[in-house]
Amino acid sequence: MTVPRFQARVLVRLRPSVLDPAGEAARGAAARLGVEGISKLRIGKAVELEIEAADAAEARSRIELLSDRLFANPVIEDWSLELLDS
Amino acid sequence: MSIGVIVFPGSNCDRDVLWATQGCLGLPTRRIWHEETDLSGLDAVVLPGGFSYGDYLRCGAIARFAPALRSLVEFTARGGRVLGICNGFQVLTELGLLPGALTRNRDLHFICEDVNLTVVSARTTWLQNYSAKGHLTLPIAHGEGRYQCSEDTLKQLQDDDAIALRYGNNPNGSVDDIAGITNHKGNVLGLMPHPERACDPATGGVEGRAMLQALLN
Repeated sequence: MTVPRFQARVLVRLRPSVLDPAGEAARGAAARLGVEGISKLRIGKAVELEIEAADAAEARSRIELLSDRLFANPVIEDWSLELLDS
Repeated sequence: MSIGVIVFPGSNCDRDVLWATQGCLGLPTRRIWHEETDLSGLDAVVLPGGFSYGDYLRCGAIARFAPALRSLVEFTARGGRVLGICNGFQVLTELGLLPGALTRNRDLHFICEDVNLTVVSARTTWLQNYSAKGHLTLPIAHGEGRYQCSEDTLKQLQDDDAIALRYGNNPNGSVDDIAGITNHKGNVLGLMPHPERACDPATGGVEGRAMLQALLN
């Protein structure tokens, strides 16, 4: 019996209240490229992973722990999780 | 009485601390590899500057899981003195021994310069030697030193008199001009400026000496 494998993507974003200077710099560069009308640009991180777990609920709970404790710092960041069967 | 300096892969100020505490001040100091867990016989521990574990993910995020830091949490709970400098300060916030977080400088630049600091609190012994003068100059060298915390945390820091140092001319966008904070109990100090780079008259003045001397006070 093979253990099910799940693919997941965790998106980590700076909280809305935290200044994102890298996003602001990229927004400035977009204007210099001649692309106008961008009123908001925020840069985050995407973590893609594969995990073996008995079922989706177990995979989800382990990735949630990772996201809370490792991928994101809740003082400054939020995260969201997309879980896919592989 | 002795001091330990924890060395992570990527630390680059551990020797500077050793030179400052042992070479300049004559305080017995030993370096502790991050995989060691024995902190016995130490009165104080320094987390030095650098780029622990390459600062992958976030500054200090991976260092937080080092075996030596599990021991450090117990050491701190027993009242041991802990000083986190620059990357060490970032590690202390990731570890939860100090509140808040350190993020990209407002203007994205890595800033390497001397800054004027105001001594905000004489609550702990860390800064007592500076309180009469009220200010000091130390070098900073960081790209991610913008202190961030929630409004509740900021109020708690203010109520606890836990803001230790403020920038005279905020270089990085830190909340409330914060350059360094102490924990509630007062045995942990984290700051972005580098006191160890201001201990040898040959390289940068001696205004950092009293802060390192306070490790064994």
